[in-house]
Amino acid sequence: MNIQEMAQDIPAEGEHVVEGVDFITSGDQYLTFMLAQELYAVDILCVEEIRSWEQPTKIPNSPSYIKGVINMRGIIVPIVDLRLKFSIGEATYLETTVVIVLTYESEESSRTIGFVVDAVSDVLNIESTDIKPAPAFGGCVGQQYIDGLINSEKNVVTILNVNHLQKVEPHSLHS
Amino acid sequence: MSVDLSQFIPSFLEESFEGLEVMESELLNLQEGDNETIHTIFRAAHSIKGGAGTFGFDNVTEFTHLVETLLDEMRDGRREISPKDTEILLDSIDCMRLLIEAARDDEEYDIDKVEKTSKRLAETLGDELSTDSDNQSTTKVAENNISGYNINFVPEHSLAKTGNDPIFLFSALAELGELTLCADTKDLPALKDIDAQELYLSWQLTLYTEVDESEVREIFEWVEDECLLELVPIKAPSTTSASISASTSSTQSSSSPSSTLTNNEQQTEPDTSQKPTEDIEVQDPETKLVIDSTAEDNNITSKTKTKTKGKAEVGSIRVGVDKVDNLINLVGELVITQSMLSELGNDFEMDKVERLTSGLEQLLQNTKELQESVMRIRMLPISFAFNRFPRLVHDLAVKTGKEMELVIKGEQTELDKTVMEQIGDPLVHLVRNAADHGIETSEVRLANGKSAKGTISLDAYHQGGNIVIEINDDGAGINREIVLAKAVEKGLVEANAILTDSQVYDLLFEPGFSTAAEVTDISGRGVGMDVVKRNIQSLGGRIQVKSTLGKGSSFKVHLPLTLAILDGQLVKVGSETYIIPLISIVESLQIDNKLINRVSGDMVLYRLRDDNVPVLPIYQLFNLATECTEIDNALLVVVEADGQKIGLMVDDLLAQQQVVIKSLKDNYQQVGGISGATILGDGSVAMILDIPGIIHMALAQAQQAQRVKTDGNASVTAEVCL
Repeated sequence: MNIQEMAQDIPAEGEHVVEGVDFITSGDQYLTFMLAQELYAVDILCVEEIRSWEQPTKIPNSPSYIKGVINMRGIIVPIVDLRLKFSIGEATYLETTVVIVLTYESEESSRTIGFVVDAVSDVLNIESTDIKPAPAFGGCVGQQYIDGLINSEKNVVTILNVNHLQKVEPHSLHS
Repeated sequence: MSVDLSQFIPSFLEESFEGLEVMESELLNLQEGDNETIHTIFRAAHSIKGGAGTFGFDNVTEFTHLVETLLDEMRDGRREISPKDTEILLDSIDCMRLLIEAARDDEEYDIDKVEKTSKRLAETLGDELSTDSDNQSTTKVAENNISGYNINFVPEHSLAKTGNDPIFLFSALAELGELTLCADTKDLPALKDIDAQELYLSWQLTLYTEVDESEVREIFEWVEDECLLELVPIKAPSTTSASISASTSSTQSSSSPSSTLTNNEQQTEPDTSQKPTEDIEVQDPETKLVIDSTAEDNNITSKTKTKTKGKAEVGSIRVGVDKVDNLINLVGELVITQSMLSELGNDFEMDKVERLTSGLEQLLQNTKELQESVMRIRMLPISFAFNRFPRLVHDLAVKTGKEMELVIKGEQTELDKTVMEQIGDPLVHLVRNAADHGIETSEVRLANGKSAKGTISLDAYHQGGNIVIEINDDGAGINREIVLAKAVEKGLVEANAILTDSQVYDLLFEPGFSTAAEVTDISGRGVGMDVVKRNIQSLGGRIQVKSTLGKGSSFKVHLPLTLAILDGQLVKVGSETYIIPLISIVESLQIDNKLINRVSGDMVLYRLRDDNVPVLPIYQLFNLATECTEIDNALLVVVEADGQKIGLMVDDLLAQQQVVIKSLKDNYQQVGGISGATILGDGSVAMILDIPGIIHMALAQAQQAQRVKTDGNASVTAEVCL
């Protein structure tokens, strides 16, 4: 049915009619973002918030891709630079650099970590049947981080596994 | 009843464990002819039994019933209180704990032990018990083919005072089937003689139901000791009214505990009042009154409120009302300050600056006080941790055959709940050690000119921002030579090393170290003292040992009052701000380059009066970029942990302030040398240094460096260097 049309007719707060936004969708929603020129996506339900870059407090003797920790409303949140972690593009920090804070809740615990990316791009609706397995041909991003690939117009979007992204490799003090 | 009882199970378990603790401690104090103590024990057992019955923990009920019977005999003076009985009762308490724990975790329990104990109990009780169980079995036989019961219920006059209301019983009965009841008012005194808190009525009830007699009896479980109850099975079915109707007199409303229990106002009313309660409509004497369902609901909800909800695994704290009142007062003040400030902000002009500063000062004051009282809520008297020791020492005395007594002092000293939970086991270990290794047998003691009975004392008190727990014994003391010999044997120290007393005692905390000549099942396996030390250190505390050979030993445990907040010194290193716990700082000073000594290659020592303190630049340790790498005029913060002093080189000293510790582990992982993070006034995050951790890191780095240099040949440890 044209329930989406009906949804568009509903004025949002402040009398604005938001057009072109799918309020009611089928399938899962994914937030896509850019690392250099490549598109990646994470499950939107894991996204806590999107913040602008701020200088975090360094954690002593941590690997270079862990930029430090920030205070997010009283919670200490570590910041991981995905560009450094996956060695994609240049790790530059501009005003447009954003941090996507992801929370992954497993049965016993929940973990909140912020990830530095170049830009946030879009929200995609993806049917799980459209997700294709990623071919195992090298690349910078380890296979365990990838849930699959999806075609979006001309681009290929890599869907990342939030649970694996959040696993912090133990690092020794004397690097 | 229509209430879901399972929600009360956690409170029941909590109360039962408390009851068991009461029973245990009272039993240990029990002396001949001390009726009050027996009463206390009996009451605790009775409420456990009642509760267990309600929630269907039948094995607990059965077992507790035996215990209760024994206690009952003691209470009535039919039985002498012998040490043997006390022993059996103590064992029974263990079994009850086992059973209740099994019920809580829904797990299997040690059936053998329980059966053995209940057998011993039964033997002690002798014949009386067998007749008791006979009665039960005969009533059970009569259950078949029954369509109902005639119940004769004659409660004692004091029934209402124990918080039992016949109305509840009747509504519960009515749920089992059709109930008609008839009140007997023949005992009712003249109106002027009525005591409003007494219950003068008795009832004949007819219940048409198909349920077992045991289920009917279960309803009377809480009151069975306070009434005369007769159940006679009947066979004819009936079709009487479905609503519960009770004939009663006007006095029942005033004698009803629902009015005395659930309604405080009612309690303060003068007695013999004729005032109708909200639940019960009172008409002329001998009229029928209808108990409506809303009244029942009211009663149930008010009962629910009195019990604390919550899951067993979450844990709860009992907080004194005064603490909560204080908190509410403070919040009130805070609200007033807030409204004052927001009014000030509405039309602010520069001439009001003075009022603004005073307002902000008030806010600061309020916040501080509020913080303190919130922290106080987490504080519990240390008696919670000390409670288990009388029993422990009693058991140990029996096991070892030594005579000893326990003296507890300062049990009102308050300590953070988390610290308390984690200090319990180390303390148990220390007390066990004192009993097993410290205290000698009576013969040896007498031969050494001491009293036959050994004394172990536990003492808790505040000292500065710390709480100190002392475990003293007047036993043999620690034999320095034996410890040293053992350490040499284990290869912990060089054979000809010269060690101070405290260094020797520190060897006791090495893993796998035990000086007991024989390994007993109490202690002596050498696992433990290292764990004790580690546990105490993980709480941010430390332990000190003092001992005089032949006179006794003393273990002093220093613990921080709370784990959540600490006083910190903010320091700057490069662009980063770190926090050093104030408690570990010995002093801060500007480095005088005349006092710097370089030894063994590149190690920097700073002469602090008589001590040589190794200097550790934080920027090196944490691989930071900083401009101040020159040691000559840098600032040195001398810190101490584990009896080891080191000097941390920092760029600048900033403010001192209280900081709230936040864990890094929640979202990240433990970081070496960092005990946590905190949020500063400007919203930024700062790391809190973990001084013992840093010392370990420095040691490890030094060792590594040495290994590289000497190719792993040198056996000189960094410990000797530091």
